[in-house]
Amino acid sequence: MEQASATGPKQTVLYALHQELGGKIVPFAGYALPVQYSAGIMAEHKQAREAAALFDVSHMGQLRLEGADRIAALEALVPADLASLAVGRQRYSFFTNDAGGILDDLMISNQGDGLFLVVNAACKQADIAHLKAGLKGEVTLTELSDRALIALQGPMAADVLARLAPAVRTLAFMDCKPVDIDGAACLVSRSGYTGEDGFEISVPAEQAEALARRLLAQEEVAPAGLGARDSLRLEAGLCLYGHDIDETTTPVEADLTWAIQKRRRLEGGFPGAAVVQRQLAEGAPRRRVGLQPQGRAPVREGAELQNDKGEVVGKVTSGGFGPTAGAPIAMGYVTAGLAAEGTPLNAMVRGKPLPCRVAALPFVPHNYFRG
Amino acid sequence: MSEKRYTEDHEWVMVSGDEAVVGISDHAQEQLGDIVFVELPAVGKVLEKGKEAAVVESVKAASEIYAPADGEVLAVNEALTEAPAKVNSDPEGDGWFFKMKLSDPSQLAGLMDAAAYKAFVDGQG
Repeated sequence: MEQASATGPKQTVLYALHQELGGKIVPFAGYALPVQYSAGIMAEHKQAREAAALFDVSHMGQLRLEGADRIAALEALVPADLASLAVGRQRYSFFTNDAGGILDDLMISNQGDGLFLVVNAACKQADIAHLKAGLKGEVTLTELSDRALIALQGPMAADVLARLAPAVRTLAFMDCKPVDIDGAACLVSRSGYTGEDGFEISVPAEQAEALARRLLAQEEVAPAGLGARDSLRLEAGLCLYGHDIDETTTPVEADLTWAIQKRRRLEGGFPGAAVVQRQLAEGAPRRRVGLQPQGRAPVREGAELQNDKGEVVGKVTSGGFGPTAGAPIAMGYVTAGLAAEGTPLNAMVRGKPLPCRVAALPFVPHNYFRG
Repeated sequence: MSEKRYTEDHEWVMVSGDEAVVGISDHAQEQLGDIVFVELPAVGKVLEKGKEAAVVESVKAASEIYAPADGEVLAVNEALTEAPAKVNSDPEGDGWFFKMKLSDPSQLAGLMDAAAYKAFVDGQG
């Protein structure tokens, strides 16, 4: 196994803890992160579905926008309605390009005196450059590189975190508020990437390991790696940037129009708005859908999708085995006419057609706490 | 007389005369993680040394299993279709993949015994 070095992938502040916990370290988005621990992906996945799993997501970019024009300036780059975003609330959004393609997806919360953004690790530098070039007026952008990010996910996450910080009980899904945890000034959002109830905790880097250890010491909690994070988000029907969404996919094609609020649909004013508005009115040429392979063989990213005539009608963008679904599951894009639930398609796997059906997303129902 | 030998692709081969049973090593299953699917060759299929003979899929990825020698598939472990996790729980026993008739048993002469394989795995770090 290659060791991370000065020239290799970066380490998060929890790297030593991952090693101590038996993490199998792999390079991911420029960081050395555990793909799994000794329990294995299946067990770690079930940990998040049945109890509480702790993930290190410190590789993700944490940014802060301040200044009088911050709302209007950011609205010029994303299609979310930020003017109506209440203090302490968070919205999912994406940076779009002039063709309506997605440059990155992100979380935006209103902290009253500023906006807090969480972006993908692989896109972090490009996002910062994009923001610096595109933010107009009185706005300052700060990368919060002195903060780590820990996700605690699962039906027991709230009981666990409330034991340390009772205030988190009052948070509902997509609330994001400052919470003191064991003397650490954290920013806690009730959200995640698993479909389960849970929290994403922004914590000062120097206090992150102590917090992670404190959480792991709770009997309901065990660590989980990138492998389980991927199988959990796929079961939850959530997009992985660079796979299910990218610069060539629009929010309409990606079935993410729920993240474009009414005012922004009407007014536009974000990059590619004309394309997105036209697709909202007329439909998009292709759609992201869930895919249920009919046998036991997983269908992986890149597999071609064909109709019954053998014509290429789409492509798989994420696929694998869903431990909770107990079956192979996948997502992909299909031409618009074939997006209806139940539509039979063939995925080409090792040169052979493997029957699939278009399936409703998510594969496993979301278990969010809506208060 | 039969003995278990190992390939550099982390497969084991139990040779008995001109027949061989093939599976993946304990080290291989550990590296792959939770196995969720095994695609086995058809009985009667003629395998070519070094070419794909089967596919094993973990939660994360698909990996190919190569034929350790030329020959014909005599039997496959049908139980893996319904219970692929047997490859994790008993890789070098109940988790066997297929049995083949060897065209030329001498093709297996270069394989490692258990001690040499262990040294090979340790050397890979």
